[in-house]
Amino acid sequence: MSQEKFDAIVVGAGPSGNAAAYTLARKGLNVLQLERGEYPGSKNVQGAILYAKALEEIIPDFRESAPLERHIIEQRLWMLDDSSYVGMHYRSEDFNEDRPSRYTILRAQFDKWFSQQVRDAGAVLLCETTVTELLRDESGRVIGVATDRDNGTVYADVVILAEGVNGLVGRRSKLREELQPESVALAVKEMHFLPKDVIDARFNLKGGEGVVIEGMGTITEGMTGTAFIYTNNESLSVGIGCLVSDLAQTGRSPAGLLEAFKNHPSVKPLLAGSEIKEYAAHLIPEGGLKAMPELFGDGWIVVGDAGHFVNAVHREGSNLAMTTGRLAAETVADLKQRGVPCSKANLRAYTKRLEDCFVMKDMKKYKDIPSFLHGNRHLFDLYPRLVSKAAQNWFRVDGKDKLTKEKEILTSFRKGRTLSGLLGDAFKMARAWR
Amino acid sequence: MHIVVCIKQVPDSAQIRVHPVTNTIMRQGVPSIINPYDLFALEEALRWRDQAGGTVTILTMGPPMAEDTMRKALTLGADRAVLLTDRCFAGSDTLATSFALATAIGKIGETWGPPDIVFTGKQTIDGDTAQVGPGIAKRLRFNQLTYVAKIDSLDPESRAITVERRAEGGLQVLQSRLPVLITMLEGTNELRRGSLDSALRAARAEVVRWGAAEAGVEDTAKCGLRGSPTVVKHVFAPKPRAEKAQIIETAAGPVRTQADAVIAAIFARQPGIESDLLRLARHS
Repeated sequence: MSQEKFDAIVVGAGPSGNAAAYTLARKGLNVLQLERGEYPGSKNVQGAILYAKALEEIIPDFRESAPLERHIIEQRLWMLDDSSYVGMHYRSEDFNEDRPSRYTILRAQFDKWFSQQVRDAGAVLLCETTVTELLRDESGRVIGVATDRDNGTVYADVVILAEGVNGLVGRRSKLREELQPESVALAVKEMHFLPKDVIDARFNLKGGEGVVIEGMGTITEGMTGTAFIYTNNESLSVGIGCLVSDLAQTGRSPAGLLEAFKNHPSVKPLLAGSEIKEYAAHLIPEGGLKAMPELFGDGWIVVGDAGHFVNAVHREGSNLAMTTGRLAAETVADLKQRGVPCSKANLRAYTKRLEDCFVMKDMKKYKDIPSFLHGNRHLFDLYPRLVSKAAQNWFRVDGKDKLTKEKEILTSFRKGRTLSGLLGDAFKMARAWR
Repeated sequence: MHIVVCIKQVPDSAQIRVHPVTNTIMRQGVPSIINPYDLFALEEALRWRDQAGGTVTILTMGPPMAEDTMRKALTLGADRAVLLTDRCFAGSDTLATSFALATAIGKIGETWGPPDIVFTGKQTIDGDTAQVGPGIAKRLRFNQLTYVAKIDSLDPESRAITVERRAEGGLQVLQSRLPVLITMLEGTNELRRGSLDSALRAARAEVVRWGAAEAGVEDTAKCGLRGSPTVVKHVFAPKPRAEKAQIIETAAGPVRTQADAVIAAIFARQPGIESDLLRLARHS
């Protein structure tokens, strides 16, 4: 047992844990951060897009030292069928600004950097140290953690659980339920290496500019899921993910889906000649507000993926992770300053902070989206096919008059999904989006 | 008892590649690890310290980033760590390295008491020379016990030590007097994990950084590239010899006929084999 008692223990050194530990250490608290990986970032997987705003709130001048790949100047949204895509692209010179809002990053490098900032701020980091369970006193209050090291117990006023999507410590300590297959997605990705100038030419980029492609459609074979391509300096991150419940039901392997996506005629030329250097898989909590576990209790508080803070519609996660990490830390630091304990009643202030910012507002706005998406496989199969067929009909100049074309398109939609089905989908979509 | 353990930060050789065109070692992105052989030396040192009392000092020579390596060793339970880092050490071969390390061990002795044992691994996985340990022993005028598989007994009072040394064709049991330098063989012990307390201490510990001057190195001409007579003439990746392998499709016909055909081809290429085999068969 360690004799020393800390103000706070942070479990995990991902974006939420680093944000929490950094904020606490900067406010002068005695912080211990525990990470099971060999070094911060060694086990962490993300696409990865960094949303600058969330990090700016924590480290305003991060751009001066953080390892960033490219800033995003173009967003491509693709709806794919087997041979085509219908796309909406937005590209703007305005994104070439002094302080761009989105960057591609490589998490292994970024997390190392972030962790160095945490340690420089004064937090103590122990790697290769797995938290096995939470320690409680007679009243049930969490008073510290047990680790897998010899004499491995250590005490603190509060434990911040930034342990990621699986929430193993929380589950073992009965703070939360098992993960439900319909509220997590399994995503796989590959790193494809290409020379910088090849990427620049293929994606119409210069300098440090980057592109994000997000795709959905028949590539997931009717399962709820999306695919992506992100441009890094000298590599492309290519991935695809689907709800675990859908994968279980269909028996399809994510690797097989990724293989098919890479061979899609719209994707293959972008990857031609590349060398695969990494392969990774990760669970993403996509159940939204309704899947969220308890976020705090006597002596404990949950941040990041462990709290299911992910906006699946907008592909946001790490920004919610950093923001929740910061807000939890500010809550704790505030209580510490006032000299009051981190009891359940006092930690309620965390909820207030979450609700006052985009985190809870967005989680609430999209609370019905997961069940809507999950209950509607047409979105990932029928509609992409119909839209693609319509576009092809429209753009093909074949001597047919335009009025006939319009009628054909309308008929194809009504034949594919009856008028009441179409209206119902539109209504449900609008209601879930609201 | 004061034990010094020399460790080296090396690129993880499992992940290293030779550039196919330039023939240089591609170190970029290859993670650094503690030389695996040194870990057996470190564990052995920690065990004897735990048993006989005293302190363990870790010593390494390397770039400033080698500090991570030192901290890992501290996590396992070493008492202090000295990082020898100076531009003038860059490019050292085994001669210059053993000079610098031996000088630094002298300084460590002056600062924290003379060492009774200096441990090293049997060799590093990047250089594979096994010369630095003996080089240090020679300069310090310590008895050297190389390729040690086991320390049978160690008595700090009488300063007697008995070890088992694996040698060609057998095991030698050697007795010596402290101070000694020991190079440890692999597989001799099982590395500990380090308690939470030692991990906490390591996270906060200050790694002592010495430049050439602090380490007591006066003659920098004996250091780094200048002090290294070894010249690397050529680095290359051995060519895979796949051309000598042959895959035979069994579907093409009866196995026996195919085997006969393969053997006939071998005999045709190397006529000596057939006559040798015949001679052997006749003798038996």
